[in-house]
Amino acid sequence: MKLGFSPAEEQFRAECADWLKGQMAGEFKDIKGITKLTAMPERRKEWEQQLAAHRWSCIGWPEQWGGRNATLAQQVIFAEEYARAGIPGRINHIGIELAGPTILTFGTDEQKSRFLPDIAAGKTIFCQGFSEPGAGSDLASVRTKGRIEQVNGQDEWVVNGQKIWTSLAHISDWIFVVTRTEEGSQGPKGLSFLMMSLDQPGIEVRGIKQINGDAEFNETFFTDAQCPADSLIGAPGDGWKIAMGLLAFERGVSTLGQQMGFRNELDEIIAAAKVNGAANDLLIRQRLAKAEIGLRLMRYGALRMLSNSDLSKIDGAALTYKIQWATWRRDLGELAMDVLGQAGEVTDAAEYEWDTLPNLFLFSRSDTIYGGTNQIQRNLIAERGLGLPREPRG
Amino acid sequence: MEFALTDEQQMIAETARAFFSENATSERTRKAMASATGFDADLWQAFCTELGLSGIAIPEHAGGAGLGLIELALVAEAAGAQVAALPMLGSLALCAQAIAAGGTDAQKAELVPALLSGEMIAAYVHDAAITADGNVLTGGDGFVAHGAAAQAFVVTSNTGAWLVRAGAPGLTVTAQTTMDQTRPLARVALDGVNGEPLAEAAAAIARAHACGFIVVAAEALGGAQAALDRTVAYSNERVQFGRAIGSFQAYKHRLADLVVEIEQARSAVWWAACAADEGSDDAQLAIHAAKSFAADTFFLCAGNMIQLHGGIGFTWEHDTHLYFKRARAIQTALGNGSWHREQVAALILGDAA
Repeated sequence: MKLGFSPAEEQFRAECADWLKGQMAGEFKDIKGITKLTAMPERRKEWEQQLAAHRWSCIGWPEQWGGRNATLAQQVIFAEEYARAGIPGRINHIGIELAGPTILTFGTDEQKSRFLPDIAAGKTIFCQGFSEPGAGSDLASVRTKGRIEQVNGQDEWVVNGQKIWTSLAHISDWIFVVTRTEEGSQGPKGLSFLMMSLDQPGIEVRGIKQINGDAEFNETFFTDAQCPADSLIGAPGDGWKIAMGLLAFERGVSTLGQQMGFRNELDEIIAAAKVNGAANDLLIRQRLAKAEIGLRLMRYGALRMLSNSDLSKIDGAALTYKIQWATWRRDLGELAMDVLGQAGEVTDAAEYEWDTLPNLFLFSRSDTIYGGTNQIQRNLIAERGLGLPREPRG
Repeated sequence: MEFALTDEQQMIAETARAFFSENATSERTRKAMASATGFDADLWQAFCTELGLSGIAIPEHAGGAGLGLIELALVAEAAGAQVAALPMLGSLALCAQAIAAGGTDAQKAELVPALLSGEMIAAYVHDAAITADGNVLTGGDGFVAHGAAAQAFVVTSNTGAWLVRAGAPGLTVTAQTTMDQTRPLARVALDGVNGEPLAEAAAAIARAHACGFIVVAAEALGGAQAALDRTVAYSNERVQFGRAIGSFQAYKHRLADLVVEIEQARSAVWWAACAADEGSDDAQLAIHAAKSFAADTFFLCAGNMIQLHGGIGFTWEHDTHLYFKRARAIQTALGNGSWHREQVAALILGDAA
């Protein structure tokens, strides 16, 4: 057992860090430090293209598709250095981390050629169409329908329904949609996974204003929206299997980069506490220590998870990771407000816009909901991890 | 990334688990609890001489096996899982380590083999307020694990470390009826006691504390996991309202919360042991994190073990109380959670309150 990375991996870290820091000091200085998810979308698309131009956009992918065939450790290191350099989150996170790997795993050669180059190049920004107003925690109760129809002599999927919580749909180009393609099917059966262009009259995207005043999330309406018949990934009816496989990708590499973002947030709280004297309060000190300990344990939990030779094997550390970080970050938001006091409850902005820490406080209420609520996570831990009887299904 | 147990480490963990679950039975532990020394002497002999794991984290030149704290932690975890009534913490993790790290050559030659073989039991006395007039020590009167069974004491202040023999003039050892009977406390008072100084006090103190924090944290991890495992087993057997109680969501969610804490405690113990073994810059932060986090986790699990067993969990007959009392004792031993977290706060804030 070892704590750190090998000398060769540390060398790779230095290479990443140099390039990323150079970019943030130079051409892309203006986006450094942005934490608002919807800010400066055009510049951030240019940033995606800059990453691609230097082959840093999807390093875990095969070289053939614009990647570097990077090892898991290298991907982790890149994600850490990316966040450490204060670079805003990837606007094409969904494309690079979810859509791409899904196509690589389940797509045909033709689909790979059609989609992967533009995702890798930062030209196609993807968003995710899973949740629906009636399918939240119960994700398998999807009602959006897809059927094959002849349109202008071509077979097309015609889709009707509504998705919700589609992050960044308003600045995305494509969406992957879990649709019910088998008439009368229920639950996880009869679902299919479709790739659809958002640029068509049959799709309407409406922002949802959130408690922090931002509108990262959207409702996405499908009214006879279309995509060619060969836009279905895998086989008809495989949608659930693919969607679940994709959630496993999500759990992997990006976690340590995400933690570096948390590190920046905690450091900002520590700095604020030193400035305003909260750092002299013994109870605040205890909570800062707890936050620090929690963050470190998250890191070593993730390293345990990633050191596991068989990543598909879900062990205890992997099952508990989501509830652990989400709860930690929600607590961090509360700690931030206790450190800031009333200064954290007012903003200098002309609009209802918040600095990093008050925004953290508000935004982190969603962390314990999206991607599986804490309550769903507890069910999973108890049922899959401990083998306890499953909840009765209605 | 190699933050996982190696094959050899897994084998050590498996060996230790098998040994303690077979031998440190509830029956034997309860017999030891009622004995004069408060520990299972036969089991300690078997552990030290037959299993051969007692010198696991002692350097080879000092007579040990030369493995790391991660290996020692695996052994302590297995012992903790059975709440074994053994002097492992005082004799091995604190005293043998202190002497091996900072003792004189003569102390090392005499005491380390005697402690590793189980012939001698030692207990660790730490008190910042001990005064030393030369090597004449006064102070203490604190609570010392297995103090009444010890033939020797390693006595430390924040700056000095000495060996004191049981029966030394001026030393008063008073056995206490202790809530956690699996590791009884004694009051140890020094009134002008002649101490035999260790050669390098700072090294001895630092090593003893690192090992002690890691070993109690590992013990707590083992105890927490055992409390969970036993509760899960019970929840599958016990039927109420026509269902196994483990099928109720209110029950499942409490168990799930315990898993979340235990997995973090495991990361904490591995991190601390590795950081100390590798001499990482974070080692201080890690050992304070591990001690405080694992102790709190164990207490949470043991408290829930009682609640989730219902009435049977409140009885003397059931082992729940052994876990609950050990968990409570670990929370206080070697610095309570608030103290350890304050050390962490001082490290990250770059000050001391």
